[in-house]
Formats: sequence, C-alpha cells, structure tokens
Amino acid sequence: MNEIFAAVGEAGRMIARFDAAVVDIVLLSLRVSLTAVLLASLIGLPLGAAIAVGRFPGRRALIVLLNALMGLPPVVVGLIVYLMLSRAGPLGEFGILFTPGAMIIAQTILIAPIVAALSRQVIEDTWQEYREQLRSLGAGPAASALTLLWDTRFSLVTIVLAGFGRAAAEVGAVIIVGGNIDGVTRVMTTAIALETSKGDLPLALGLGIILITLVLSLNAAAYWVKEAAQRRYG
Amino acid sequence: MLPLVLNNVCFAVNGRTIIDRVSMEITAGPRTVILGPNGAGKSVLMRLCHGLLNPTYGSVAWHGAANGRNRQAMVFQRPVMLRRSAVANIAYGLKLAGVSARERELRARDVLEAVDLAGIADRPARVLSGGEQQRVALARAWALGPEVLFLDEPTANLDPGATRDIESLIGQIRAGGTKIVMTTHNLGQAKRLGDEILFLSQGRLVERAPVDRFFTKPASAEAEAFIRGELPWK
Repeated sequence: MNEIFAAVGEAGRMIARFDAAVVDIVLLSLRVSLTAVLLASLIGLPLGAAIAVGRFPGRRALIVLLNALMGLPPVVVGLIVYLMLSRAGPLGEFGILFTPGAMIIAQTILIAPIVAALSRQVIEDTWQEYREQLRSLGAGPAASALTLLWDTRFSLVTIVLAGFGRAAAEVGAVIIVGGNIDGVTRVMTTAIALETSKGDLPLALGLGIILITLVLSLNAAAYWVKEAAQRRYG
Repeated sequence: MLPLVLNNVCFAVNGRTIIDRVSMEITAGPRTVILGPNGAGKSVLMRLCHGLLNPTYGSVAWHGAANGRNRQAMVFQRPVMLRRSAVANIAYGLKLAGVSARERELRARDVLEAVDLAGIADRPARVLSGGEQQRVALARAWALGPEVLFLDEPTANLDPGATRDIESLIGQIRAGGTKIVMTTHNLGQAKRLGDEILFLSQGRLVERAPVDRFFTKPASAEAEAFIRGELPWK
C-alpha cells in the first residue's frame, strides 16, 4: 500500500515540475489526437449532414454500417492500418509506419464513423423540424445541409469532443501502428501500458492522472457549451 | 403569376386518398380561407398549392409563370425559427432568394421595423415567445415580397392577444398587395379575415362561396353541419 502512495506522490511531483518526459508524451498525444479529430470532423460532419438530408439507395444500410463502425475495436483498426502501411502493404512505399502520421491515420479511421453517425442523428432530428420551412424558402439539399450544420453547432461541438476523448484514450490502434517508440511515437496511453508492465508506477500514474483530468475537463466543457448555448439560443 | 389553377388534383399516401379531384382557380384579390373539419385535407391542399407536395394525379400550375416558387411564401402553424437572431432568420430567407449580403441586412431590419419587432431584432429567435416567433415567421415570408402568402393555421397555438397581433399583421401584409390564402379552425377568424371560403370535406372541395353567404346560407349539407357543429348556439 505504501508503495502505491509513494508512487502517487512521485506522480504528483512529476506533473508539478513539468517533467520533460511527461510533457513530451502529453504534447505528442495532443498533437496526434487533435489532428485525428480535426480530420475525422472534416470527413464525418459533412458525411453526417449529407446522409441526414439525402435520399438515396442504400441509405439505411449506410446508417446501420456507420452505427456499427462506432464500435470498431481499436486493435482491429490498428491491425488494418498496419497491414496497409507495412512494407509489403499497398501504402508501404510511403514509409510512414511507426510514425505519428500512421497514428493519426488510425485514430482518424477510428473516430470518423463516430462523428459521422452521431452528427447524422442530431442533424436528422433538426431536419425533421426544419424540412418544410427550408424547402418553402427554396433551400436545396446542399444549402439545407449547411444550414443544419450551423444550427446544430453546439451539439456538434459535443460530438467532436467525444471523438477527441475516444482518440486520446485509446491504446490498441496507436500501439500497433506507432510502435510506442520512446520520443517518437510514445503517447500517454501506450506509455501507461509500457510503464505499468515495467513497474515504473509514478510515470504511469502521472500520465493516468493527466489523461483522466483531460477527459473529465473535456466532458465538462462539452456539457457547459451545450447548456450555455441552450439557455442563450434555445 | 396568379391565378393558380388546380386541375383535377388528387393526392394519396399509401393508397389513402387525402385530396380527391379538386379543381379550382385561386385568383388575385379576395382573401381566401380554406375551412373544413379535421382531416379534411386543408393543410395538404395548401402544401400542394405551395409546391411542398406534388399531386398524385392532376396538375397545379401558376398561370403563365414557369416558376412560381420565388414569388410565393408560406407560414406554418408552428413557426420554425433557425438557431440565430430574429433579424438573421429574415436575412436567411432573403439570402436563399438571392439578395446581396448588404441589402438583405437592411431589408431584414426594415421588415422587423414594419412589424413592430425592431426591439427584438438581435435576440435569438428560438427564445422569443410563441407570438413573437410567429410574427418573425410572417415577417420572414413578407420580406420576400410574395405575390401570394399561404398561411396554415397561423394562430392555432397562440393566445388571444398574440392572435390579434397576427391578424392585424396579416391585414398589413394584405394591404401591401399580397394575396392571402389561409386555413383556420376559428370561424370568427374566417369571418374577420376571409372574403371567400373554400370548404373542404373528406378531401373534396364541397363549396366555394363569399364569406357572408357561406355562413348565412351554406349550399351544401356538409357545410351546414360543419357550421352548426362549430357554432352550436346558432
């Protein structure tokens, strides 16, 4: 028990003194996951809006598929991206396996369906309310989709933050395609996995504390944004 | 673009006939009120006229005008306010109508001024009262300078005070030269705002008469029963 308390204390001191190793790992985590969530949003939000507003063959199947993809196991995504990027794979020539770029690709694939599926739901609910009015004013599908993206912006922020939380917290995909290389591809989750198995509890705990704090404050921010917007804009 | 000519219009959903062989001409001038019991097809007929629905059979045509959509507008029973300010709601309609950015801001503010809502122009539209929202919806339609304005039960959800405001605003729009076509449940309102009555029953246009004659000497048994049912003290 004492050992654990000592580790927690040491973890706290590492965070407090901005330990270089900790800072590097946290910054890389943020860089990878923020880039991934940005790319996933650029793909997922327009896709969600298009599916919400569009009427085309295979739409239902696509919705079911997207919903299913929300539950993609990170290790499977990691494996697939690994196969694509490995020397023998179709994208092997780019040589980006075991780089942050590969991790960004894997996390983008992981969260784009989440952003698309959740935003589709939110946008379609608002579409039900707006449809006749927008058509009456002469909005075509593209104009309607843009209007809906803007009018659901506060809910979409929440969805994007949820996507970021999922990216920052996953370990399976980044450890496979990144390789957990010290100083190159080691992020918070992979470092925690490694340090725990090595018995270096203070570093693992310190990163764990930061990760939880990050996820908690993100969720608090998401909740607050939505509440404030609801009060202000109805 | 008037008259609007309906020729043998039928509308059916899943084999159930909602509008049954309606032929009529809506001409410029008199305020037209569509009356009828619940489920008679009033709202559907109005949507067919406005172009939100396409007839299953028959034709709806604006006499001489290839595309009437830009000179007609519709206000719905429940106002659909976009998640932005009142003035931005009005500017949105103008934007879709192709009005330039600078002009639509000016016109939107002018219209709000004209409907006595300048004070709430910059408030978020969705937190306005129901009556204010409906006035903004009317202003949004009016700003388009429509030749014809369709109103689907515009005061059904409002209290007497707000109803009076809406009725006087409809009078104002009418005074500006816009043809009014509306449905209502309120026979007093039909008398106040109507010049002619179109009476629908079970999807058929049963009777068309000037408002005085309709209420004093209905020609059809259905209309007589409807008036007696709605005004049992008569």
